[in-house]
Amino acid sequence: MALNTDFIGRKFPPSPPYEVSRVKIREFADAIGDQNPIYRDPEAAKAAGHPDVIAPPTFPIVISLGGDALADPELGLNYAMVVHGEQRFEYVRPVVAGDVLTCEASISDIRKAGGNHLLKLVTEVKDAQGELVVTSYNTIVERGA
Amino acid sequence: MAATVKYDEVEVGTEIPARSFPVKRLNLVMYAGASGDFNIIHWDEKFATSVGLPDVIAHGMFTMAQGGRFVTDWAGDPGAVLDYGVRFTGMVPVPHDTGNVIEISGVVEEKLEDGKVVVGLTARESGGQKVLGQAKAVVRLA
Repeated sequence: MALNTDFIGRKFPPSPPYEVSRVKIREFADAIGDQNPIYRDPEAAKAAGHPDVIAPPTFPIVISLGGDALADPELGLNYAMVVHGEQRFEYVRPVVAGDVLTCEASISDIRKAGGNHLLKLVTEVKDAQGELVVTSYNTIVERGA
Repeated sequence: MAATVKYDEVEVGTEIPARSFPVKRLNLVMYAGASGDFNIIHWDEKFATSVGLPDVIAHGMFTMAQGGRFVTDWAGDPGAVLDYGVRFTGMVPVPHDTGNVIEISGVVEEKLEDGKVVVGLTARESGGQKVLGQAKAVVRLA
């Protein structure tokens, strides 16, 4: 199924605010097998110069997977055929427990590559003050049937 | 931002010793729950093979996270990572009985200004296939 190229350049409305909890950070750290105390112990995080526990570098994927932006049936994405092609995070600062984050996603490109389709999603993750925390660049691949 | 590795103590070509990160089905279930990525190809073998995959495959982001661990454990502070990007060049099949093992090694590829270095990563699954390409992290060292 071809992806709808009308979606190139489409900007999606900001996501509902997401409050980052210590528990969620610990759950994520457990899931990736990372025992670093900076993800678990506020005192260890403070000793390293952070205001509270921080999240692992790949944590922002939890809120920048695309979600609603990719769920629009008009886009024509077949999720069962989707694999992740590329991912990059550009950090202004680490995500910290207590952050209230909002994602502003836009589709920067959709194109064919061999039998597959590539979709590039750029997501700006901002804090409650509207300051940029991290930008996520996500390329997903819809494998050709 | 308290990295423990010192900028002055690394050179272009400094190698970061390889480490192995085992991955079992349980890890994928935990990762699905923690990340919110419930794509069926990561936990249902019957479904995965029905859409042409060799087996259940690991989330690309799980592999990327192991690369992140590799870098942050080396640097000493996860907050020192300024940029981290990868291409997912190969799949990590996770068979029911044996699972898989992701082996990651790294090298300092470039020294930038301001205490920053570029670390290049190589990641292979136990079948020998490279699973990450152009995997690089920019880290601010002490």
